[in-house]
Amino acid sequence: MTSRSALPSVRPSGPEAAAARPLAPEASATFPTRASVAPRVVARIPPMQIQTTPPKTKLASEKLELFYGEKRALHGIDIEIPERRVTALIGPSGCGKSTFLRCFNRMNDLIPGVKITGRAMLDDKDLYGRGLDVVELRRRVGMVFQKSNPFPKTIWENVAFGPKILGEKNKGRLDEIVERSLRNAALWDDVKDRLQTSALGLSGGQQQRLCIARALAVEPEVLLMDEPASALDPIATSRIEELIHELKARYTIVIVTHNMQQAARVSDRTAFFYMGELVEYDETETIFTNPKERRTEDYVTGRFG
Amino acid sequence: MRFSAHQRANAAFAGLTGSAALVILLALAVILGDVAVNGFPRFSWEFVSQSPSEGMTAGGIFPAIFGTVLLVLLMTVAVIPVGVITAIYLFEYARQESLFARAVRSAVYNLAGVPSIVFGLFGVGFFIQFVGGNIDRFFYDGRVLWGQPAILWASLTLAVLTLPVVIVTTEEALRTVPREHREAALALGSTKFEAIFKIVLPQALPGILTGAILAVARGAGETAPILFTGAAYFLPHLPTRAYDQFMHLGYHVYVLATQSPDIEATKPILYGTVLVLLLVTVILNFLAITLRSRLRRKFA
Repeated sequence: MTSRSALPSVRPSGPEAAAARPLAPEASATFPTRASVAPRVVARIPPMQIQTTPPKTKLASEKLELFYGEKRALHGIDIEIPERRVTALIGPSGCGKSTFLRCFNRMNDLIPGVKITGRAMLDDKDLYGRGLDVVELRRRVGMVFQKSNPFPKTIWENVAFGPKILGEKNKGRLDEIVERSLRNAALWDDVKDRLQTSALGLSGGQQQRLCIARALAVEPEVLLMDEPASALDPIATSRIEELIHELKARYTIVIVTHNMQQAARVSDRTAFFYMGELVEYDETETIFTNPKERRTEDYVTGRFG
Repeated sequence: MRFSAHQRANAAFAGLTGSAALVILLALAVILGDVAVNGFPRFSWEFVSQSPSEGMTAGGIFPAIFGTVLLVLLMTVAVIPVGVITAIYLFEYARQESLFARAVRSAVYNLAGVPSIVFGLFGVGFFIQFVGGNIDRFFYDGRVLWGQPAILWASLTLAVLTLPVVIVTTEEALRTVPREHREAALALGSTKFEAIFKIVLPQALPGILTGAILAVARGAGETAPILFTGAAYFLPHLPTRAYDQFMHLGYHVYVLATQSPDIEATKPILYGTVLVLLLVTVILNFLAITLRSRLRRKFA
C-alpha cells in the first residue's frame, strides 16, 4: 500500500482541480464531515446540479423471486434504486443480498438450476424479458467482485480488455481509455510508469481499483459492487470508499457489504435483507438511526448478524 | 539401547518403501545403461544421416528417424485441435449431468484403456478400408491410392490413441483457470466465446501443452498402432505425400530384432536404433517442455 493513499489530501491542481471544483458544493452538502474527499475527484466529471427533484429510478425489481433448484433464495423483492446514488445492500451472510445484486447483470444465469420469476428492470426495461441481449446488458451494468480478479495480463491489457471486445482497435484511443479509466479509479498515479507490467504485481487494494478501472473502461451506467473491500486492509478500504464517493457523480452504484459502518459511510440509501426478504429500504440515515422494523434495528445495532 | 517393537516395525516399513522405490531406479538404470553401452559405439553421424544398406546389416537409419518425427508431428497437428475442442465442450459448454456429456466422458476414459494393437486394427478398418477405400472409389475410380497403409492413416490412428490424454489434461488445465476470471470477462460484456478464447485458453495453454507433451511421448514410442497402418519394412525413398508409407524407429527395432536373416550382424544397429529412438523421444519432449516454460513466463 502506498503511503499516499493513507493520507487523503487536497491534491489536484491545475485543470484537474478546476474540473473538480463544481462538485464540491454538492459533495460537502451531503457529507459535511468528509469535505476533504471532494477535491480528489479528477478530470472529466461533468458539472452537476444540486439535486432538488427526487432522482430518476435506474434499477428496479417487482416481486422478484429466485430459486436455487427447489430452494427459494429471494422472496418477492420490490425495490427502486435511484440513479447516481449509492445504494447499500446489507444483511447477514446468506440473506440473499449478493444473489439479488447479481440479478441486475444476470450473473446468476451462470449457476445451473437457478430460476427467476417476477421482474428486474434497468430503465424500465425487463432484464429477464424476451429479446434482451445479456452481453449488451453486462456492458451497461458493470460489476466489481468481492475477490479482486485481474486477468493475469498487463495492467494495460486488463483495462483495455472491455473496449477491445467492444471492437476498439485503435491503439491511441485505447491508450486514452486506459488512462481515463485508471484516473477515474484513482490508480493512474500508482501505475502510469508500469502499465506494461503484470497486474498481479499490484497490491490487493490496487488490484481491486484496477478491477474498478476495468469495469469503468466500457462506460457502464451502473456499477454493482459485491463486497468490494471485504478482503482489503482498512487503508485500502478507505481508498475504495473515497472512490465510491467520487464515482457516484456519474454512476448508479449498488454495493453489497457486510460492514455496517461502510454502508453508513458510503451509501445514500440502504436496503436490509434478511432470510431472502427485503425487510426495510430507506434513506441510509433513517436505517441507521430510526429504522421502522425491529429486525433492522437489531441488526444495525449489532444484536445479531 | 533397545528399540520397541513399534519402532522396529516402523523402521522396517520405511526401509521397505525405500527399496520398492529403488526398483524403478534400477530398472531405468539397467535399460538406459544397456542401451547406452551397446548403442554408443554404433552411434555416428553416418548412422543418423544414411539409409540402411546391405540387407540392413550396414548403413544408417535416417529414413526411420525422419518417418518417426514426421509421424509424431502429423499426429500432434491432428490430435491437439480435436482434443482441446472436445475438452472445451466438456468443461465449458456441456451440462455436466447431461447424457451426452456423460457418454463422451466415459468414452474418453474407456478409450484410454484400449490396448494399442486394437487401435492398429481400428486404423486398418476405419481409416484405410473405410475412409481411404471410399476416397479411392469416389475420386480415383477404384485405383488403390488412399486405401492402403500410409503415414496419414498411421498418424491419425496415433491421434485417436492419444486423444484421451489430450482431452483429460486440457480439461485439467481449464479447471485451473479461476472461475472469477470467467465471471470478470462475462461481466465486462464478453460473450462466452470471447471469455474462453481471450481469457481462459491463454491461461490454460501451458497445461494444454502438457497434454501435447504426454501425447508426443506416448505417440513417439508406440509401434503396435502403426504396424498395419503405414510403417514399412524398408523404403528406398522418404515419404513425401500423405499416402506414402514410411519407416519408423520403433518398427525398425522390431524388424531388426526379429526379421533379419543375420541377427548377430544387426545387433549393433539394433542397439544404435534403440538409442536413437530414446533420443528422439527425449528431444521431442524437450522441445515441448521448452515451449511450455516460455509460455508460462509470458502469461505468469
